[in-house]
Amino acid sequence: MRVTVRLFARLRDLAGTGELIREVPAPATIEQVWRSLVKDMPALSDYERTMSVALNTDYSRMTAAVKDGDEVAFLPPVSGG
Amino acid sequence: MTPLVAVTKDPLSLEALTAAVADGAGADGAVTSFAGLVRQDNLGRKVAFLEYEAYEPLAVKGLQRIVDEVRANWPSAKLGVHHRIGKLDLGDASIVIVAASPHRGDAFAACRYTIERVKQIVPIWKHEHFDGGDVWLEGATADPDDETARQTAYRIACA
Repeated sequence: MRVTVRLFARLRDLAGTGELIREVPAPATIEQVWRSLVKDMPALSDYERTMSVALNTDYSRMTAAVKDGDEVAFLPPVSGG
Repeated sequence: MTPLVAVTKDPLSLEALTAAVADGAGADGAVTSFAGLVRQDNLGRKVAFLEYEAYEPLAVKGLQRIVDEVRANWPSAKLGVHHRIGKLDLGDASIVIVAASPHRGDAFAACRYTIERVKQIVPIWKHEHFDGGDVWLEGATADPDDETARQTAYRIACA
């Protein structure tokens, strides 16, 4: 199945793109999407302990299941205001 | 019609937000506001300009969540909060917050709580461009369900 991955701020810079489509075997969790991404882009792994994740524009957890067509976002620590 | 919550590339207006939030007919006896401006010095660096990036749909939901939290904490307070994104020059407002309530205590607390929570849970990032380079600023790991963080914001607001 295909999921859209969104990356922001320094994660986006490290990946060289803010949006990509990933093919992952079903069933899968956000964590498995992340693992597959890090395999191709090891530099992203620095953020594993500090980032937040979102599923279809709501905050979520690494253990959440993803479906075909879902949007998963990986978010570095925030610095708004 | 000015929305109470917004993430926008346009310059912010404290006046417009105040008019949208406060009841000028007498219900509100207090209006407090906060504007965050782009500062020229940061951690010893001479800032040239900032670029703000947001995960917009979730950022709007985060601001809305803060409005709901404020209503739960201070039921008489009304709140508006606008965050700007894109390129901002020194002195530009990156965020404006307005809180109105019958009495000053709730309005001050709601305003302060809001800026603390924005920094905790809203997916917006500063990309600082300074003399000699650029850096992404990173603060809190965003987790709206983290009760400790929420209580910290509440404590600061009521100090």
